[in-house]
Amino acid sequence: MTLDLPAETPTGRVVPGTPGAVLEVRGLTVSFPSESGTVTAVRGVSFALSPGEVLGIVGESGSGKSVSSLAVMGLLPSTARISGSIRFQGKELLGLGDREFSELRGEGMSMVFQDPLSALTPVYTVGDQIAEAVRIHRDVGKDEAKRKAVELLELVGIPNAKERSRAFPHEFSGGMRQRVMIAMAIANDPDVIIADEPTTALDVTVQAQILEVLGTAQEATGAAIVMITHDLGVIAGFADRVMVMYAGRPVETGTVDDIFYRPRMPYTLGLLGSLPRLDRAERQPLTPVDGNPPSLVDLPPGCPFAPRCPMRLSVCLELEPDLDPVRSGDTPGPGLHPGHRAACHRHREIEEQGLTATDVFPAQLAGEPPVARRPRESRTAVLDVEGLVRRFPLTRGAVFRRTVGTVHAVDGITFDIREGETLALVGESGCGKTTTINEILTLARPQEGRVAVLGRETTGLDRGGRREIRRDLSVVFQDPMASLDPRLPVADILAEGLKTYGVPREKRAARVRELLRLVGLGPEHASRYPAEFSGGQRQRICIARALALEPKLVVLDEPVSALDVSIRAGVINLLEQLREKLSLSYLFVAHDLSVVRHIANRVAVMYLGRIVEIGDVNKVFETPAHPYTQALLSAIPLPDPRKERERRRVVLEGDLPSPADPPSGCRFRTRCPLFATLAPDKAQRCIDEEPAVASQGPDHGAACHYAEVKTVL
Amino acid sequence: MEVLREAEVLDPDHETGEIISRGRLVWRRFLRRKSAVAGGVILIALFVVAFAGPHLTRWQYLDQDLSNALQGPSGNHWFGTTQIGQDVFARTMRGLQKSLVIGLLTAFFSTGTAAVVGASAGYFGGWVDRVLMWIVDLLLVLPSFLIIAILSPQFRGKTWLLFVVLLAAFSWMITARIVRGLTLSLREREFIQAARFMGVPSRTIIFRHLLPNMSSFLIIDATLNVGGAILAESGLSFFGFGVQPPDVSLGTLIADGTPSFLTYPWLFLFAGGLLIVAVLAVNVMGDGLRDALDPNSSAVKARTRTK
Repeated sequence: MTLDLPAETPTGRVVPGTPGAVLEVRGLTVSFPSESGTVTAVRGVSFALSPGEVLGIVGESGSGKSVSSLAVMGLLPSTARISGSIRFQGKELLGLGDREFSELRGEGMSMVFQDPLSALTPVYTVGDQIAEAVRIHRDVGKDEAKRKAVELLELVGIPNAKERSRAFPHEFSGGMRQRVMIAMAIANDPDVIIADEPTTALDVTVQAQILEVLGTAQEATGAAIVMITHDLGVIAGFADRVMVMYAGRPVETGTVDDIFYRPRMPYTLGLLGSLPRLDRAERQPLTPVDGNPPSLVDLPPGCPFAPRCPMRLSVCLELEPDLDPVRSGDTPGPGLHPGHRAACHRHREIEEQGLTATDVFPAQLAGEPPVARRPRESRTAVLDVEGLVRRFPLTRGAVFRRTVGTVHAVDGITFDIREGETLALVGESGCGKTTTINEILTLARPQEGRVAVLGRETTGLDRGGRREIRRDLSVVFQDPMASLDPRLPVADILAEGLKTYGVPREKRAARVRELLRLVGLGPEHASRYPAEFSGGQRQRICIARALALEPKLVVLDEPVSALDVSIRAGVINLLEQLREKLSLSYLFVAHDLSVVRHIANRVAVMYLGRIVEIGDVNKVFETPAHPYTQALLSAIPLPDPRKERERRRVVLEGDLPSPADPPSGCRFRTRCPLFATLAPDKAQRCIDEEPAVASQGPDHGAACHYAEVKTVL
Repeated sequence: MEVLREAEVLDPDHETGEIISRGRLVWRRFLRRKSAVAGGVILIALFVVAFAGPHLTRWQYLDQDLSNALQGPSGNHWFGTTQIGQDVFARTMRGLQKSLVIGLLTAFFSTGTAAVVGASAGYFGGWVDRVLMWIVDLLLVLPSFLIIAILSPQFRGKTWLLFVVLLAAFSWMITARIVRGLTLSLREREFIQAARFMGVPSRTIIFRHLLPNMSSFLIIDATLNVGGAILAESGLSFFGFGVQPPDVSLGTLIADGTPSFLTYPWLFLFAGGLLIVAVLAVNVMGDGLRDALDPNSSAVKARTRTK
């Protein structure tokens, strides 16, 4: 893959295209008019894509990665002003009319979107939709197109493709819909597939399946893929080359190994350093990148990352660095060249001194709260859940409601949390995590089993008793925008709990200031509205609100999953510092296992309303005994290309069964790789008998009849 | 497009570091809207004129100056006189008193009832919801005009404020249904859950979180109700209910004056003009209040940016 750069004529017009490149983008600039001024979303993106190559584009929201891909597909709204050059197989695309573009879309280039539900038409069967995609570009009969649709569905791994092709999109799960999208994308054998966050909306085990399907699709068509994502782990395992974008510009490009092992731009360093690692037992300090991405309206001169960069010099604030080759032997020029390039004035220093994320960014690792140094058994339990059951009746009919079934959302789970400890509850969506914490937070009498918060059982609590417990129990939700009242200034938000428990006005004001300082905000933020803050700051406000009444137990419901990668580390560090400083206990609900490994002491893995494995975080991660835990861990992409290449994945078949009709016996058996290999007499036990959590050693238990430790990381 | 949303403009007016509660913040933002403040000032001025005005002239609203019947505005009779020599200024002021009080009170009670009933029904759900919505539906199917017509004679001679209660009682139901719908979607939002898990009582949640988040709708509803109530009152008065002769309201004055508006325009022009001014003032003030309560309002922001 060596590409020669074409000479540019004095007029700036490029005469020949990059030889061999299937897609070539040069100096792409996109801007939108907006109320507050012109938003320049993309500021000079250049790349060349060779046939069959996978280019990963990484960046946070607002970095321009989606906008540039939409520009390539000609899908931007007509208000967008686009300049530069986009060449597909040597043909200039900018300035093409919609009709000419349409001929190319689907045929030459196709796209896989993030949300497969809104990308499919709900009123047509998926078979018809794929057949339509075929017939638009090819002169084939209806039957022929339908046959082709079924073939494609088989290729992307949809079982009973023939029958399923007659189903409507809503009858498919998210993962299945994404498979349909991929089938549609490859229907006409395109040369370029653009995948815009194709797995972001999916669970990890499904993500692993989809990435595999994308790989198959690429093999079948030989297409080049542009993979846009914010997940560095996905990139590490999937891409050949990587382009890191920041504030509408590529700031570093290179092969995956270059980017992951030899990052030369402080932003890339920070991004990689801010990722908690699933595969490291000793806790690594995370490097938070302070501040927020700049507004793309009236961008100040200089490097856009400079305000957040600990290495900035005065020149950084004046002159925006070019994307220069890192190694001196490489040809200079725009980012078309495959070599490793970084847009930083000091990349040579980073190169020569071999600086790493922890050298550049301040990183600190919070310790354990003092109480956690005592042995676990001698600490009191702040939360004790035993055999908790929550079922929802499924009703039908508007006037006469009748129960037609029961959803077993939580079906007998047992765990406890001791003082100063963090228990993580992990599992895919639909496994009952949210129901569990709702049951705990409402403090109502459980349908079955018992819940005791700080030693007090919720059964038989009166209103006053519940009020008392609520002081010691607080919650931080996933979406920091939805969990702050948009009409209430921050000071009132923070004072709400204090007001409820009758704290006098003067003390409230002082406490609000203290809380804001505690979470790294200033008192001047107190009289602003939530909308004026960025995502990370809003989550800090939510944390401050949760701490207002000095609780003992904080329930954290996916507190970082709605945040951008570089912001995430800051919030995780904050949570850890607060735990140490205030001797808090956390119930941490998450689906991101790397974050869990970093922050939690113990972990409980849930599947379909039951806990399948529970225990010390290192034991569960290093010696997982339940096949589901093994599959879950192996599905998580690691931000380490070498490890990713060597890893063998345990890919689960199918989707989560409906909790309204769970399988008999072991609930995991329908997808269990171990069950599939068992002899019939042994397998019968899985069908008949539901396994209970059995000890696998000190503080480690798994609910499997044939539990067997298997290392997957 | 996520890029566009990031272009946020920060409100620069609290770099001071002092902690301001919502009430004072809203008040400040309200004061920043000159038109809204003007609306408020005009409304207060109308009240002052309505109650002080009759004392400025020597004519009472029932006095008859038979030698000067049906004369245009003059130094003696500022707004002219009627067919039987009554002073139009005195009558208009008397009418303005009535109509302002009826309009504002009816709007306040009607929107207030709708907000509380709708929000309670939506927030609590279950049997509270069913009972309240049953009442709403019942009142909706009852012909309100007929009931007011039947009840009015009972109230004759008693205070006309009862009339406000009657008008309000039959104008809140549709708003209540809309409020209930808005509540149902707001109730599931996480900030409501957060408040609930914090132990905040339901009453406080309704008044602190639910209603402010639908304030734009409620304010528009209330301002529309002011005009509506004044007109409804005149309509009922025309049929002989509500404000009865010899007492007057803006509505009755306009109704009496309209037939001769080409020949003797002063008979209704002043009453009509004041009605328009009053309704406009309420509307402008409502707009200002709405923007002050809404942190995303572009009007207030645009102002601060240019500062």
